[in-house]
Amino acid sequence: MKAIRIFRRNIAHAVKSIFRNFSLSIASVICTTITLTIVSLAILASVNINNFTKDLEGTLTIIAYVDKDATNDEINSIKSKILEIRNIKSDELIFKDKETIRQETMEKSDKNSSIYAIMNTLNESNNFLQPEFIVAVKNIENLEDTAQSLKSIDKIAEVQYSESVVEKMVPTFNIIQKVTLAIIVGLICVTIFLICNTIKLTIFARKNEIEIMRLVGTSNFVIKLPFVIEGLFLGIIGSIIPVIATIWGYIIAYDKLEGYFLTNFIKMIEPLPFSLYVSGILVIIGAIVGMFGSYTTVRRHLKI
Amino acid sequence: MKFIDIKNCYKVYKNGVTALADLNIAIDKGEFVFITGASGCGKSTLVKLLYREEKPTKGQVMVGGINVSKLYNSRVYKLRRKLGIVFQDFKLLPKLTVYENVAFGLDNIGLKSSLIRSKVLKALQIVGLKDKTKSFPNELSGGEQQRVCIARAIVNEPKLLICDEPTGNLDPKTSKEIVKVIKNINEDLGTTVIMVTHDKEIVNSLKKRVITLENGILTSDTKKGSYTADESN
Repeated sequence: MKAIRIFRRNIAHAVKSIFRNFSLSIASVICTTITLTIVSLAILASVNINNFTKDLEGTLTIIAYVDKDATNDEINSIKSKILEIRNIKSDELIFKDKETIRQETMEKSDKNSSIYAIMNTLNESNNFLQPEFIVAVKNIENLEDTAQSLKSIDKIAEVQYSESVVEKMVPTFNIIQKVTLAIIVGLICVTIFLICNTIKLTIFARKNEIEIMRLVGTSNFVIKLPFVIEGLFLGIIGSIIPVIATIWGYIIAYDKLEGYFLTNFIKMIEPLPFSLYVSGILVIIGAIVGMFGSYTTVRRHLKI
Repeated sequence: MKFIDIKNCYKVYKNGVTALADLNIAIDKGEFVFITGASGCGKSTLVKLLYREEKPTKGQVMVGGINVSKLYNSRVYKLRRKLGIVFQDFKLLPKLTVYENVAFGLDNIGLKSSLIRSKVLKALQIVGLKDKTKSFPNELSGGEQQRVCIARAIVNEPKLLICDEPTGNLDPKTSKEIVKVIKNINEDLGTTVIMVTHDKEIVNSLKKRVITLENGILTSDTKKGSYTADESN
C-alpha cells in the first residue's frame, strides 16, 4: 500500500513536470516519435526481407555437373570435397547418376516427345548424360563463392545456379539493413540525449524541492522515481504516433501492394498480428530509451 | 550514553580550510543548546555534521545512537527522518500551500493521507498557524514563514531539532516569538534543540547551555550561559 501511494504521488509529480517544461518535453517526444517511426520502418522492412530470404534459401540449389567419364572413385572424391565446403547443407546433398537422370527425364517428358524417344534409346554404354550433384546452400549471400568452390573441384564440368534479380538484390538488402541499423542507433542516441536534457532542466527547475526532499528524509529512490517516470512517459507518448502509423500504415500498404513487396517474388508478412508485435516492440523501445535517459541524468546530476 | 556525542572531530575542506579541529561535545537528550561564534568559526559546519550534510575528516559523530560519520549516502535519509531542520532562509516551496509544505516530507515517505492530516494539523497548532493551512508562503510574513518551516521540521516528531540561525532574517520582536515557539517544543515535547545563532539578546534571555566556537575550536561550553563570542573576528 505504502509503495502504491508513493508511486501514485510520483506519477502526479511526473505529469506536472512534463507540463512545466512543456516545450522541451515536446522536443523529446517529437524526437522519440521520429526515431521510432524510422525504427518501425526498419523493423517492418528487415523482418519482411528476412522472411523472404529464408524462403529463398530453403529452395535455392546449385547443380554441379560431373564429367561423363568420371569413375566411381572420382565421384566419391568429388562428394567428399563438396562436403568440405562450408556454405553447403551437407545433409541435403544429392547425387544423381546417369541412369537416374535418364529415368527422371523420361518420367517428366511426354511419351510421344522426341526427348522421351532419345532417352529411351540410351543404355549404359551410350548414355551421354552427365551425372550431377544437387547442392543446397546455407547462406544465399555466398552463393557465387560456393559456386566457384564447386567449379574448382577436379572433374566438375559445369556449375549451374539461378541468378535472378531478386537473388542479386539480397546482398543489397543486407547492406540496407546494416545502414538502417546504424541510423537507428544514431537516432536513439540523439533521443536519449534530448531526454537527458529535458530531465536535466527538470532537475534544475526542481533543485530546491530536491534539496528539501533530501533534508526531510526522503529516500534516494523516491527522489529519483518521478524523474524516471517522467522519462518513461516521454518515451511512451513518443511511441503513440509510430504505433498508429505502423498498424494502420502496414495494413494499407499490404492491401495496396496486394501482399507483395517490389516484385511478385517477395511475399509480405500478413499484417495481423505482425504489426501488433512491431508496435509492442516500439512501445518497449520508447519506454526503455526514456527511462534510461532520465535515470542516467538523475544519477549524474543528483549525485545520490 | 549521550544523545549527541562528538569525539576528536576534525573537518578540513578540500580547499585546505580547517573548519573544525579536535572538537569534543556531548549533549543529553532533551537539552537546549546554543552554538555561537563569529562568522566562519565552524558553527554551520558543526550542524551540517549532525545532519550528515558533511562528513568529518577525522573523529566520530554519534546522533541518537547512529554513527553519522560512517553513514553511507544511501542511508542518510534514515537519519534525517529522526531530525528536524530549520533554516535561516526557510526553504519553503512557493507553489505549495502551508499545509502542503508541512506535509511534504510525510508525503514522500508514503504515509496515509488521514495520518498526514492529523500530524500536519498538530504541528501547525504548535506553531500557531492552524488557520493558515491554505495560504501560500508569499502571503505570509517572515515570522509566519519561519513557523511553517518549524512545523515542517517537527511534523514527524523528531528527537532532535537543528536550527541554523532561524532568526537571522527576522526583526527582534518576531525573533523572540520564534525562539519562544522553539523553546516550547523543547519543553513540551522533550525535543533536543541545537540552535546556531548570532543573536546575543536571545542567548542571554534564555539562560540555556551555550557552546562557543572560535576558528573551529571550542572555546567555551557553559550551562545556563550567556553570549560570549567575539564578533570582531
